[in-house]
Amino acid sequence: MTLTLTNIAKTFPGGTQALLPTDLEIARGEIVSLLGPSGCGKSTLLRIVAGLEAPDPGAQIRFDGEDVTRQPVEQRRIGMVFQSYALFPNMSVRGNIGYGLKMQKLTKAEVDVRVEEVIALCRLEPYAERPITALSGGQRQRVALARAIAPRPRVLLLDEPLSALDAALRGELRDELAMLLRRFGTTAIFVTHDQNEAMAIADRVAVMNQGQVVQIGTPEALYRKPATGFVARFVGDAMRLQGRVEADQLHLDGGSLPLVGAAEGHATYARAEDIRLNAEGPVAARVETVTFLGTHYRIALSGAAPGPLFALHSGLSAPQPGETVRLSIAPEAILILPEDEVV
Amino acid sequence: MKTPTKLIALIVTLLACAFLLIPIIQSVQAGLTVNYFRGLSSGLTLKWVGEVWELYSGSIFLSIRLALACLAVTLILGVPAAYALARNPGRASRVLEEFTSLPLAIPGLALALALLQLYGTYQGFRTNWSFILVGHVLYTLPFMVRSVLSVLATIDLRSLEEGAASLGARPARRFVDIVVPNALPGILAGALTVVTLSIGEFNLTWMLHTPYLKTLPVGLADSYASMRLEVASAYTLVFFVMIVPLLMAMQWASARAQRNMQ
Amino acid sequence: MTQRHFVMLCLVPLAIFTLAFLALPLARLIMASSESDAGWGIYLQILQTPRYLSTLVQTVAVSLAVTAAALVISTTAGLFLVRNRFTGRNALLSILTLPLAFPGVVVGFMIILLGGRQGLVNQIVPGHLVFAYSVFGLFLGYLYFSIPRVLLTVMAAAEKIDPALEEAARTLGARPHRIILDVLLPALAPALAAAGAIAFATAMGAFGTAFTLATDIDVLPMVIYTEFTLSAKIAMASALSVTLGLVTWIMLLMARSISGQTVAAGG
Repeated sequence: MTLTLTNIAKTFPGGTQALLPTDLEIARGEIVSLLGPSGCGKSTLLRIVAGLEAPDPGAQIRFDGEDVTRQPVEQRRIGMVFQSYALFPNMSVRGNIGYGLKMQKLTKAEVDVRVEEVIALCRLEPYAERPITALSGGQRQRVALARAIAPRPRVLLLDEPLSALDAALRGELRDELAMLLRRFGTTAIFVTHDQNEAMAIADRVAVMNQGQVVQIGTPEALYRKPATGFVARFVGDAMRLQGRVEADQLHLDGGSLPLVGAAEGHATYARAEDIRLNAEGPVAARVETVTFLGTHYRIALSGAAPGPLFALHSGLSAPQPGETVRLSIAPEAILILPEDEVV
Repeated sequence: MKTPTKLIALIVTLLACAFLLIPIIQSVQAGLTVNYFRGLSSGLTLKWVGEVWELYSGSIFLSIRLALACLAVTLILGVPAAYALARNPGRASRVLEEFTSLPLAIPGLALALALLQLYGTYQGFRTNWSFILVGHVLYTLPFMVRSVLSVLATIDLRSLEEGAASLGARPARRFVDIVVPNALPGILAGALTVVTLSIGEFNLTWMLHTPYLKTLPVGLADSYASMRLEVASAYTLVFFVMIVPLLMAMQWASARAQRNMQ
Repeated sequence: MTQRHFVMLCLVPLAIFTLAFLALPLARLIMASSESDAGWGIYLQILQTPRYLSTLVQTVAVSLAVTAAALVISTTAGLFLVRNRFTGRNALLSILTLPLAFPGVVVGFMIILLGGRQGLVNQIVPGHLVFAYSVFGLFLGYLYFSIPRVLLTVMAAAEKIDPALEEAARTLGARPHRIILDVLLPALAPALAAAGAIAFATAMGAFGTAFTLATDIDVLPMVIYTEFTLSAKIAMASALSVTLGLVTWIMLLMARSISGQTVAAGG
């Protein structure tokens, strides 16, 4: 199903603008992630698509061309995975998964067949008869997904579906979720504040900040060509290189770096993986802390630029805290972006 | 561990128990002995219980009927209202909840006077058992509302309902499928409280009853005033037999509802 | 039908019932209190008529005494039961909460069985000791139904006290009675204030017990009853009811705001 959002905005009763007018088009079968910090309006946008929240007047939501803006949630035929899962504690796993099908007035036999299918797809066979309270977090997450997908919704909406899990499980389920979503082939919107989740799961990522979509594109495009400093910081943790730009040179406290092309009036950023320790490097810095992370060291540096600066260093040994080291950054790895209006 | 503080506490506890229990034992004993003043040596008998049954079985049945009707009404009025209050925790809800809880605070006598003065002149209503029922509902309704509300307050009702709505369930359907089943521990605890309180209610009922409509506690007051001690005791015994299991069930259900919340 | 409409609809039955059988009757009661020759001055009359005034004072005095006694007994027993596990503990707890379901009339009868003309004390103590129909009997009756109510409130609060507090006091060298004074009672203070307010309000409004004991002293509910049924002084009965209702309501409101929980009056 194609999803077309036109002029979606939301002002809360107190006058707070949770969402500025937003347009978005999502193609059939596409998985789009809404990525942003908490309070950026991503959940509000999702809840408006679901029908759980009413947009300000003038908005239009189309499912395959059909205007559903005024339809209540129960008539929109959406599937939703809630942050808290919202599984019904009074029903078993099977009861939860079959509930949406029962609402569609399918016969008992039809419901049973479809529930079986989804249970198999989500590998929930051993738990089918269990009460919800007897499931682990990861199992609950799968049941929530199975319940949302069972009635074959027109669009699947996922509101931070992994955030209730602990870190280890989150990584594992992220990959599984990505695989299942591809297998369903349903158009999906996925809200998260975690860039890794968004990049692992989505075809396209819409980065949101302060109630609006700042940039939308594939994960690669966002990473390589961020449109603003905010996107660069949020996707791939780019660090600001605070210095003086003069023609194609960036003058930092610890030395000067060459840039690709002129960048006057712009802000410059670099990512930790692009900052190299290099005895011949043009910039001097002092090592503050060294953290060993297995495959590499993460080194906190000071003196090169005013803000915090980190470098990833792979190798068999690392410099000691207090040492002075020299750095280099490839000119093409330095992101040249417009100054943020508000930092 | 045997500290003096502990010993004193134990003695106080035992004395309090004795104070509460001894008259209960006396009343059971008096209701079952041939002659209370001659004591147990006069023999045990069910004669007094039989006499109570002859004299007051009508009252007992009226009380049971009232309690069940009261339960039905408080369920119909209280469960949906508790749901609405849980979903709308605004200022207006607080005020309404506070107001419906007034009968917990205002003595039954005052409420009865108020009812009598407004509706006492409608003879058809005044002499009907539904007049007493109104009093009982007034008194027990807050217990039902609070019991259900306290359970609903602990579950994420909004998310559960949004979940059901996203699956295609309309509001009434969500109420039946999601709200009521998840509120059951509270409904059960509330129901047992309502029945227990209705069967024992005296203050309102005494003012509202008519000579033809005597409930169990009204009958008790009657027997205390005019019957011999053995009959009064036997009647009290009958009341205990009814009310004590209800009280135990009520405490069990309330504890269970509270456990569910944790 | 939208969610909002449905939720509103859920309140309609309760709202209608409450309006018809609570709001309007209470309004009628308040109006009725002004319908004597004295008008609203009737409330002043309560304070100026020695009989009513002394009734009011006596009712408050008995209620205060009951509150104090119930607090002492129930706090002692409640703390003991919370802090000790032993066989028979549940039996004691059951006995102490049994009177929760007893109407005031039954409580009155219990006191008659203890201290009436044919009562236990009169049988075993030499000499004529009958106290059921005196102020003391009334006091005991009120105490009988107040003990369980206060006990439950105190125990609920005591169970929530962090045991580490007491352990901390012990590591600092506090003796048991100091722990009670310095740690437990301060932690229980809100619950005690609430339980006390409840006990007081319950005692103020208790009718069944006084009715059964047919006491020789006047308490407010009995006076209301006789004014209404025997003397047909409807305005005065209404005014006294309004006064009584206000006092108990305010007490329970205070109890709620202190402890955040509800326990019913009644009895």
